[in-house]
Amino acid sequence: MSAFINKRTKLVVQGITGRDGSFHAEQMKAYGTNVVAGVTPGKGGSKVAGIPVFNSVEDAVAKTKANTSVIYVPPAFAVDAIYEAVDAGIKLVVCITEGLPANDMMKVYPYVKDRGARLIGPNCPGLISPGESKVGIMPASIVKKGNIGVVSRSGTLTYEAIWALTEAGMGQTTCIGIGGDQVIGTNFIDCLEAFENDRSTKGIVMIGEIGGSDEEEAAKYIKKYVTKPVVGFIAGQAAPPGKRMGHAGAIISGGSGLAVDKITALNKVGIPVALSPIQIPALMKELLAGGKPLKAKAKTKKPAAKKAVAGKSAGSKSTKSTAVKSGLKKAAKATGKNKSVKR
Amino acid sequence: MKIHEYQAKEVFAAAGIHVPLGEMVTTPNRAEELAREYNAPVMVKAQVHVGGRGKAGGVKYAETPEAARVLATQILGMDIKGLEVKRILVTVAEDIITESYLGIILDRATKRPVIMVSPAGGVDIEEVAAKTPEKIFKLAVDPQVGLRNYQARNLAYKLYRDPLQVRKATDIILKLYNAFWKVDASLVEINPLITNTSGDVVAIDGKINIDDNALYRQPAIEEMRDIDSEEPSEVEAREGDLSFVKLDGNIGCIVNGAGLAMATMDLVKHYGGEPANFLDIGGSSNPQKVVTAMKIILSDPKVESILINIFGGITRCDDVANGIVEAFKQLDLKVPVVVRLTGTNEEKARQILKKVKLPYGDTLDDVVKKAIELAETTS
Repeated sequence: MSAFINKRTKLVVQGITGRDGSFHAEQMKAYGTNVVAGVTPGKGGSKVAGIPVFNSVEDAVAKTKANTSVIYVPPAFAVDAIYEAVDAGIKLVVCITEGLPANDMMKVYPYVKDRGARLIGPNCPGLISPGESKVGIMPASIVKKGNIGVVSRSGTLTYEAIWALTEAGMGQTTCIGIGGDQVIGTNFIDCLEAFENDRSTKGIVMIGEIGGSDEEEAAKYIKKYVTKPVVGFIAGQAAPPGKRMGHAGAIISGGSGLAVDKITALNKVGIPVALSPIQIPALMKELLAGGKPLKAKAKTKKPAAKKAVAGKSAGSKSTKSTAVKSGLKKAAKATGKNKSVKR
Repeated sequence: MKIHEYQAKEVFAAAGIHVPLGEMVTTPNRAEELAREYNAPVMVKAQVHVGGRGKAGGVKYAETPEAARVLATQILGMDIKGLEVKRILVTVAEDIITESYLGIILDRATKRPVIMVSPAGGVDIEEVAAKTPEKIFKLAVDPQVGLRNYQARNLAYKLYRDPLQVRKATDIILKLYNAFWKVDASLVEINPLITNTSGDVVAIDGKINIDDNALYRQPAIEEMRDIDSEEPSEVEAREGDLSFVKLDGNIGCIVNGAGLAMATMDLVKHYGGEPANFLDIGGSSNPQKVVTAMKIILSDPKVESILINIFGGITRCDDVANGIVEAFKQLDLKVPVVVRLTGTNEEKARQILKKVKLPYGDTLDDVVKKAIELAETTS
C-alpha cells in the first residue's frame, strides 16, 4: 500500500528524448516503475531505453493505457504539457520542470481539478513508493520500504530527511515532493489525507519552509482529521524577510510566512518540530511508541522512548532543542486527547 | 523582480490608468527644467527598491523649480536603508482630497489573484491591515472567468459614493486587473489612489513585482531591471545561474537545493554561527558553477570559513568535487573550507578531493559544527 503511485501505475514520460527525460526514464524503469511510453512531438515511432515514443500523449494513452504522466519538458512548454496530459485523460500528472509562470498555474490548477485529475508540482522532485514505483528524480538508493509517509516542499532537504529515516531503520510508504512554487497542484493537506487513508502508513513526516501559510493550514487539518503521528521540520529560520530563498514560494512577505509562526502552529497541535533532519527519526519513534491510543501500556512506555530521544540528540550534540522538547510535551498531551476523541 | 515607481507608472499609463505627469531624472538640472516645463509645484521622489522612502526623507514637495533643484540635489546620492539614490522621479503634485488603496496579489491560499481595496489608503496601509482589517475589502477572482464588471463596480463602491468617481474607479480596477496579467505580475499596487480637487481619481504612487519565472516572455519588463539597485554579488550569481542572497554572517554556505540551503543556514545559526549567505547551486551542476560560487563568497571579506554541503541526487558529487579542486587551482583560498558530499557518486568525489585534503563532515550537523570551529580559529 502507498499513496498516489503503486504497482498499477503505468507511466508516460513527456519529453523523453531530452537530456533529463531520457536519463530519468531509464532510472525509473531500472527501479521497476512500469514506464509504458514516452512522448516527444516529431520523434514518434522511435524508442528510448526500449520505451516506445509517441508524438502525443493522446496516442500514448490510446496504445498503452498509461494512467500517470511525468513532465521533463523545458519551462516554456511545460504548461502546455500539463494541459495535454489532462486532455488525454491522464489522472495523475507530475511536473518536474521548474520555472513555470505562476499566472499560468492559476489557470492550470482549476482546469486539472475540474477534470478529476491531480497535478503534483511543478518544480518538484516527484514521488516514490519504495518497492513499487518511482515517478520523478528522487534517488532510489536512499529509500527503503516501510511505514512512514514523507511529504515536503523541498527536494534535496527531503532526501536528507528520507536518508535519516532509512539510516535509522525506518522505511517509507511513499515520499512526495510537492514543490516550492507559489501555485502548486497538490498541497500538504492532500498528501496528509492520502497518508491518513493509506492503511500501511503509520507515521507522517512533513517538511515545510518559509513563505505562505500552507503549514499553518496543514496544522489545522491535522488537528481535525489526522489520527496518525506527525513529525515536522521547517526550513528558513535564518532567512531575512523580503528575500526570495531560491524557491518562488520561499519568501517572507508582509510579516507572514515566518518559520517561527509555522513551528508554533505545529507545536500547538502537538506536532514536534525537529531542528535538524537528523532528529526526525528519533521524534517519530517517540510518537510511534507513545501515540497508539488503544494500547494500555502506552503510558508506561513513554519514559523509555524519551530516553531514546535524549540519547539520539546527545549523539548529535543538540542540547538547545527547546522547540523540540516543548513540542514533545505537547505531543504527549495531544495523543492523550486523541484517546478520548477516538472512543 | 521589482521595478521602480516611475516604471510602474509607465505600465499603468499604458493600461489607460490616469497618472500625474512625470519623468525620471538623474540630475538636479533636469529636475529644475522639468518643474519649469510643468509650470506647477512638483514632487521629487527617490527611486529605490525599499519601503518607507517618504519617512526616510526621500519624497519631498517643491513649490518652485528652484526648490525642485535644491531637493533633487539633497535626494540624489542619499542613502536609504543602505541603498544609494541614483534616480529620482519629478512629477506634478496633486491636491489630495481622499487617499485609497488598490492592490492585486497572487494569493497562494486561493490560487487566485486577489483584489484588495481600502478607503483608508496611504503610508499606513499595513497598520490598517493589522489593526482594522474590516477596512480592507478583498475579492478572489476566478482566473478562468476573469474580473466581471459588476465585481469591479462593487469594489469601487467600497471606496466612493460619487457616481462619477465610482465609474472612474471601476474602470481603473478593471484596467489594473488586465495589467496584472499582461506583465505577469505577482503584485500590482496603487497606493494611494487619490481623488483631487477637480474630482478626478488618480494613481499617484505604485508598485509592481514581476514573477521571475515569466521574465522570459516579458522582454520590455526585463529591460527595466535596475542593476545599480541590486547587490553586485547577487547580480554576478544570477549571471552564473546560481541562486544567491547575501547575508551578514561569517560562514559562507554552498549547498544544492533551496530547502537544504535554508536548513543548512538554520543549523549554522543553531550551533552559534552566522550564515554569510544563501547559495543554491541548483541541480545537475557543472564544476564551473562551484568555482563561480566560491568566487562570489570569497568576495565578501567577512567570510571566515566556507561550508560546502551537497546531497547528490541529480547533482553528482564528483562534479562538485572537480569544481572544488578547480577552485583551489584558480583562487587564492585563504579561508578554510569544509566539505560534505553525500549521495550520487560520493566515493568518486572522495577520491577526487584527496588532492586538496579538506576537512570532511559525514553528516549535516558535523559539517556545520566544523565550519563554525574553523571560523573561530581564523578570526
